[in-house]
Amino acid sequence: MRWILRRIGVSVLLIWVVASIVFLAIRLVPGDPAELLLAQGGAAPDPDAVAQLHQQLGLDEPIWAQYLGNFRDLLHGDLGQSLQDQSPVADEIMRRLPRTLELIGAAGLLALLLGVPTGMAAALRPGRALDRALSWLAATALAFPVFVVGTILVLVFAQWLRVVSAGGYAPLLPNPGRHFALLAMPAATIALGLFATVFRMTRASVLDVAGRDYVRTAHAKGLGAARILLRHVLRNALMPIVTVLALNLGTLLGGTVLVEYVFNYPGLSGLLVDAVNARDYPEVEGVVLVISVLFVTLNLVMDLIYGLLDPRVRRT
Amino acid sequence: MRVRLGPVLAVGAIALLTLIVPVLPLAPPVTMDIAHRMAPPSPAHWLGQDEYGRDVLSRLLWGARVSLAVAAASASIACVLGTALGIAGGYLGRVAEFFAVRSMDVVLCFPPLLLALLVVTLLGPGAATLIPVLALVYVPGFVRVAYAGVLTVLSAEYVEATRALGAGHLRIMLRTILPNIGGPILVQFSLTAASAVVLESGLSFLGLGVVPPAPSWGLMIAAARSTMTQAPLLLLWPCLALSLTILAMNALCDALRDAADPRMRVRRVPAATMLGNAPGLRPEGPPA
Repeated sequence: MRWILRRIGVSVLLIWVVASIVFLAIRLVPGDPAELLLAQGGAAPDPDAVAQLHQQLGLDEPIWAQYLGNFRDLLHGDLGQSLQDQSPVADEIMRRLPRTLELIGAAGLLALLLGVPTGMAAALRPGRALDRALSWLAATALAFPVFVVGTILVLVFAQWLRVVSAGGYAPLLPNPGRHFALLAMPAATIALGLFATVFRMTRASVLDVAGRDYVRTAHAKGLGAARILLRHVLRNALMPIVTVLALNLGTLLGGTVLVEYVFNYPGLSGLLVDAVNARDYPEVEGVVLVISVLFVTLNLVMDLIYGLLDPRVRRT
Repeated sequence: MRVRLGPVLAVGAIALLTLIVPVLPLAPPVTMDIAHRMAPPSPAHWLGQDEYGRDVLSRLLWGARVSLAVAAASASIACVLGTALGIAGGYLGRVAEFFAVRSMDVVLCFPPLLLALLVVTLLGPGAATLIPVLALVYVPGFVRVAYAGVLTVLSAEYVEATRALGAGHLRIMLRTILPNIGGPILVQFSLTAASAVVLESGLSFLGLGVVPPAPSWGLMIAAARSTMTQAPLLLLWPCLALSLTILAMNALCDALRDAADPRMRVRRVPAATMLGNAPGLRPEGPPA
């Protein structure tokens, strides 16, 4: 119990530090955000407008007051207002977050469905032709950055074959077919790299488990190969695979930026790129914060699960 | 420590190519020739001309120089900084450990691309921000590897022996511990450099990395995207160059890891296969 509380405490502390860093980074960086924002044309901005924006952003208050106010708002779930259209940042994030999570989930599922069977097939006869071909395929898949894969998919399937549109998003309800058609390409793009990772992990993990004593025992008492593979090997090999996948999906929370950009998919990281380009500080701050909190939480959950399953982890 | 030669040669060839780019008889990478925009390959321009009539081959090679220089510089900075912090944290005790190692957890709270985006937003794009940003992203990896290495090495007898001989802390850290954790750090360096090439090209692709008109593979892919129906070849070249480079670097990473960790190599060619012979039922030995 003490271990769990400690681990949760560390995570809360980390989130607080992250929020503080994001807050300070935006305010301490050289250059006044208000002036930068208003000086789009290169001309010196109107001092009145700068002062007004200062007031709107709360930048005229002393920094400790801003800091406290910032945290009071955060605890109320208020992430401030977008500089572009004055809408609450939290609303926009809540609108887009499920889309990104759906994209990541679909990619993860696809990678698992492709990677685990192929990884097991490769591990059954290591060093043989199938293993070499699959290993080579995975190495190649890892060498293609997502934006290259995405761009090539758009060129082939949207421009040449014209089977799907180049990108975009359709809500699920009125037209589920179109929703999934538009989800397919970005999900496949992310899944390719993930597949390679899952494949490698499955192969290594299955090979590792296959050499254990209990597998030898199972062979010795005459169990069938398929039964050993599914009941003894795969079950024990699955834990590291799921861990690696989960950690990768966590990284993807911030890593879908490129894919969403290529496919014009209105997810969370697309919002981030727009906000970066528009120098919309509250929006950047909000998105970074939300993703980091999700990331830390995911790691915490993984750690807790691991600790519950394996008491040795708790001692470190 | 023996490393497979193929990947070393491939990466070496790419690195050599980027070094000799300035002396190659190439067209300048930024000279425009609007009359021949998107011209197909010709004797004067082997890979054709891009949407401003610039020589694609020249831009590809100069872009390689930019990409690899950024990757090498950021990986080197991260390596030196991270290793120093990791060794100090592991050797100097609790307070140093807290500041050097635990503080890295904060950096690890941000997914890498997100951290890079945040810093680029604040400091503006360009190679000058790109290198420190990437270095920052990769420091924690080195800290962890070095720290873990120090913890395993610290209780070794040769460290104790050096201390008994009267060596100072700095000498123990630099001359005794560092060489003995060099293998994993080298592996981490290769992983980092490969990853930095990907991240740099991704940021440049978004328009947040290398600033035009300087050539960069990410920028070239982004530019070719808008003309990909008319000139798909323009898209092909930088994609191919980027992916082949990453492929070579990944292969080098694998080769280094296998060399640094002999146990991994044994597992590559197990004597028995699972369906045929149950592993362990026959005597252990090197594969025939």
